[in-house]
Amino acid sequence: MAELAVAPAAPAPAHDEEHAHHGPQGWLKYLWSTDHKVIAMQYMFTGMFMALVGGFMAYVFRMQLAFPGMEVFPFGMVSPGEYNALVTNHGTIMIFWVAMPVLLAAFGNYLIPLMVGADDMVFPKINRLSFQVFFVSTIVILASLFVEGGGFAGAWTAYPPLSASAEYNLTDLGSTLWLIGVGLEFVAFLLGGINFITTLMNSRAPGMRAFDVPVVVWMIVIASILFMLSVGPLLAGAVMLLFDQTLGTGFFDPAAGGDPILWQHLFWFFGHPEVYVVLLPAMGVVAEIMTTFARKKLFAYKTVIFTVVATGVLSFFVWAHHQFIAGIDPRMANVFTITTLLISVPIAELCFVYIATLYGGSIRLNTPMLWALAFIAEFLIGGVTGIFLGAAGADIYFHDTYFVLAHFHYTFFPIAIVGTFAAFTYWFPKMFGKMMDDRLGKIHFWGTIIPFNFIFIPLFVLGMGGQHRRIYNYAHFPELAGDNFQLMRVIATISMLVMLAFQLVFFYNCWKSWRAGKKASKNPWKANSLEWTTESPPPHGNWRPDEMPVVYRGPYEYSVPGRDDDYWPQNSPA
Amino acid sequence: MNETNFFAGLADVASSYAGEIDFLILVVLVSVGLWFLAAEAIFFGFIWKFREKPGRKAEYIDGKNKRHKRWVTYPHLAVLAFDVGIIVISFQVWHHVKLDLPDNPDSEIRIIGQQWAWTFQHPGADNALDTDDDIFTVDDLHVQNGRTYLFRLEAKDVLHSFSVPVWRIKQDAVPGRSITGWFQPTETGVFDVQCAEICGFGHGVMKGEVHVENADEHAAWMAANAPAPPLVPAAP
Repeated sequence: MAELAVAPAAPAPAHDEEHAHHGPQGWLKYLWSTDHKVIAMQYMFTGMFMALVGGFMAYVFRMQLAFPGMEVFPFGMVSPGEYNALVTNHGTIMIFWVAMPVLLAAFGNYLIPLMVGADDMVFPKINRLSFQVFFVSTIVILASLFVEGGGFAGAWTAYPPLSASAEYNLTDLGSTLWLIGVGLEFVAFLLGGINFITTLMNSRAPGMRAFDVPVVVWMIVIASILFMLSVGPLLAGAVMLLFDQTLGTGFFDPAAGGDPILWQHLFWFFGHPEVYVVLLPAMGVVAEIMTTFARKKLFAYKTVIFTVVATGVLSFFVWAHHQFIAGIDPRMANVFTITTLLISVPIAELCFVYIATLYGGSIRLNTPMLWALAFIAEFLIGGVTGIFLGAAGADIYFHDTYFVLAHFHYTFFPIAIVGTFAAFTYWFPKMFGKMMDDRLGKIHFWGTIIPFNFIFIPLFVLGMGGQHRRIYNYAHFPELAGDNFQLMRVIATISMLVMLAFQLVFFYNCWKSWRAGKKASKNPWKANSLEWTTESPPPHGNWRPDEMPVVYRGPYEYSVPGRDDDYWPQNSPA
Repeated sequence: MNETNFFAGLADVASSYAGEIDFLILVVLVSVGLWFLAAEAIFFGFIWKFREKPGRKAEYIDGKNKRHKRWVTYPHLAVLAFDVGIIVISFQVWHHVKLDLPDNPDSEIRIIGQQWAWTFQHPGADNALDTDDDIFTVDDLHVQNGRTYLFRLEAKDVLHSFSVPVWRIKQDAVPGRSITGWFQPTETGVFDVQCAEICGFGHGVMKGEVHVENADEHAAWMAANAPAPPLVPAAP
């Protein structure tokens, strides 16, 4: 603990013995490290691996939809049961094992201490435990795919009675393991969330006031609060469902006095805030990148923070818009139509603020900026199509069609894929100490974003035509079996193959840049926030103990009149 | 046919309220379409106009003063106004379709979902349900064009959802509950019934058909399918 004595500027960070002894050495270092940067990488690489798993599932079922009955290499024929298991686990994995670990956990872990000027999280050991629980949950969900009967096949929403009884879902062990995996994942993120919140509250660098914190940190912390407040009911519900599955209780079984719709309330009470849990970190990432590459101050910083808080509060009152036609009292739909459409107001406000930030800027279109701008352009489509579904009258037609599917992929894809690539390419120099190849980055960008639209616009068309979800072969439905419908399915599938192929460019770029990229300076983008004031990559403890940063201003002081430089780092004395 | 169907993209219109739902969809499309196009146009306009040029420095605008802020404040109040408009129309449609059940329906049917088939219980000649002359069918619903039907929707095992896209009907069937709704077909023909809620292995083949017939055809079908009278008379 001698380090503390020579670090007067440090705001009494929580050191534990790992920091003094620098923990275990060798590869064990990575297994037992409490360094927030190592844990961030563990989350990120696990999440990226799971993205490949989820992407492979999408490949298999999209091939089945475009070319029904074909042998899909290397999967083979897709049976109806396997099809259901694939769509179920694709959704589960992409949300809980890709969007959350990468956006919230990886970037939350990496950025929060660096951006608030702390040497690590407040509770490094809880942080390590968080990843270890997450890692176990990953093994459980992957194992559930290979047990007898196959993976759980009752949709990622797991509505009982289908999910509650092997008699109905035919996947006895698969559904139980699925539920345990999801439950463990929630526990991991509860542990991580505690750290995010306390680190922002307690470990800010001297001089950093609440409104000097970069918005991405605020957004990750607000997202963690939303997650922690909403997940309790679902965890309770998951335990009840587990008991229904394994102990023969009847919480959701009407024959035993239970109610299947109770699960839907518990699930969506969490499920809708969950959308904002992953949206907010992505919006924060985009704010950082847009201000840096437009050389602009964020438009109305405080408005952004308060709008996000308002969105978060409102997001707790919209859940039943997933249940308009589920058999709830139809009068309830009125209430939830109002709250759902109202949430368009703060979200629209956020989009306007982001667009306003571009006004008067000096916009540099490099790879991270392209991703950030694409996020806004594409997310707008996801946002406006939500209004069709939020208006209960129109939802009667659109509910559970491909219109819904296309809508939420237009929100989740910008969030989880575009937002992640934006963050990854922007902070790559900081994380790995090398610059990424911009030309390859742009090829990957266009090769991802153009096919993405050609996947999901045809699915909007199919949804408007009345095509329902989770059907493995539409040949059985005369109204959906026409050639024009099949053409749409083929376009979507081929676009997906193109998009997947272009991901090879990304991996090649990562490998090439990591091996032979130009060495990154401390601050290659000339950005203001604190992570750019230390080495690339930052050392253990983030700054040398005698160089812990002190903050003099907010993070968005770009192009300040009267200054030669168009940026003004937070730690540079006036 | 299709006079109220604004977009070729939607399924055909074959019930009394399908046109209302389509109208609501059109209202939403126009409202959000305007905002979407305006936002994207301004967005890409800014990216073009304020692209990096040598020698030009970005402006310093913090968005705190009213003169700047109103560019965000006024549009978001306008979004609120559009929301209110959509809410009002959505309420009217929702009430008509889901809440205001017809007082004097012409007939009443029961729909029962189970893994993986639909059972339809039609009233017989007495036009009353749960009597001896009820006609039970599997996967084929027979109704008479223009009549108003009240339905009771039930499920035996797991959740199902009764959906007829051309009628713009969709309602989940929940075990343990009997959910009431209504419809009035306006076009004769044979249309798809789809199960819209995942219900297990056979969900993808859980299809049915509605046969909307004119009065003569329907009467003929009723006569041909009337159940044989019970062999043993009911106990007095």
